[in-house]
Amino acid sequence: MDGDTAAGLVAWPDAIFAELRRWQVRQVAYVPDGGHARLIRAVHADPAMRAIPLTTEEEGIAVLAGAALGGDRGVLLMQSSGVGNCVNMLSLVKQCRFPLLALVTMRGEWGEFNPWQVPMGSTTEAALRLMDVEVRRADRAEEVAETVAAAARMVFEGGSAVAVLLGQRLVGAKVF
Amino acid sequence: MLDRRDVVARLLADRGAALVVTGLGAATYDVAAAGDDARNFYLWGAMGGAALVGLGLACAQPDRPVVVVTGDGEQLMGLGAFATIAVQAPANLTVVVLDNGLYGETGGQRSHTGRGADLVAVARGCGIADATRIDDMAGVEALAAAIRAVGAAPRVAVIGIDPAEAPRVLPTRDGGLLRTRMQAALGVAA
Repeated sequence: MDGDTAAGLVAWPDAIFAELRRWQVRQVAYVPDGGHARLIRAVHADPAMRAIPLTTEEEGIAVLAGAALGGDRGVLLMQSSGVGNCVNMLSLVKQCRFPLLALVTMRGEWGEFNPWQVPMGSTTEAALRLMDVEVRRADRAEEVAETVAAAARMVFEGGSAVAVLLGQRLVGAKVF
Repeated sequence: MLDRRDVVARLLADRGAALVVTGLGAATYDVAAAGDDARNFYLWGAMGGAALVGLGLACAQPDRPVVVVTGDGEQLMGLGAFATIAVQAPANLTVVVLDNGLYGETGGQRSHTGRGADLVAVARGCGIADATRIDDMAGVEALAAAIRAVGAAPRVAVIGIDPAEAPRVLPTRDGGLLRTRMQAALGVAA
């Protein structure tokens, strides 16, 4: 559930963490998700990063806008249900052309037991595109690092707004 | 009752190195009326986000005071911000809420603070110990002196103001310009 894997392979959350370090990401705003649990632990343990727990996902859009104003790179971690919460706040990104990197763990799309996750999970990509956020996707562990790296380059060198969807097939369906 | 323009003009008269973020609505006009500045970032939307933009900015620029000026309606839309700010506890962040107890932009409907909600109690309950209510100019003077420097902990000041509207003073609505001029003033990469 939290992205652990067999010895000898780099777990995909660790690959994301390495990319965030490589890009000198400083502010990591998040609403917890099981799929991001391992990454969130790593962020909290790293003195070079500031872990910023949010009460709701749209807070992170505003926090990262402030971070960019002040010269810090940031990333927003959330699950797909949170994307809908962000829609109006994304007007900040669109109007001011703020960079935005969001890493979204998907629910409601692959072996999902909770049907209440399906309405937002099935419209996550559309909701992001509605507000002109570029969407990339990784469904296999081996494509996570390159997908996050490519997105980070667009964001931190190009000033774009990009979300990377981490498929539920990768993250694993929640087990109760 | 305190006049909103007098309050904001006094708060920003000797702002020093302070960076200012405003919330959607009259707070934006009040700060513009006090004098436009490249270090002012006006929100013309993103309601509920002002204090959180201030948080990200304060964390990125820990040696500069950051002052958020917003209204009760804007802050009510983002009450969770107080909890999020309390966890980070940036010593350089002050959130000033101009509280007239109504939604001035939309016809003067009474807001929740006008019906009993207490933003000072909310902020304290979220863990911001330095949360105070100000209803007189002496309090505004003391706050103006405090916000010029980095303090010891984040601060919330809810200032009771006259609900009368002031003439509109409209700063630029070009978001890209507002972002890049602040970044240029701070010498950070866009």
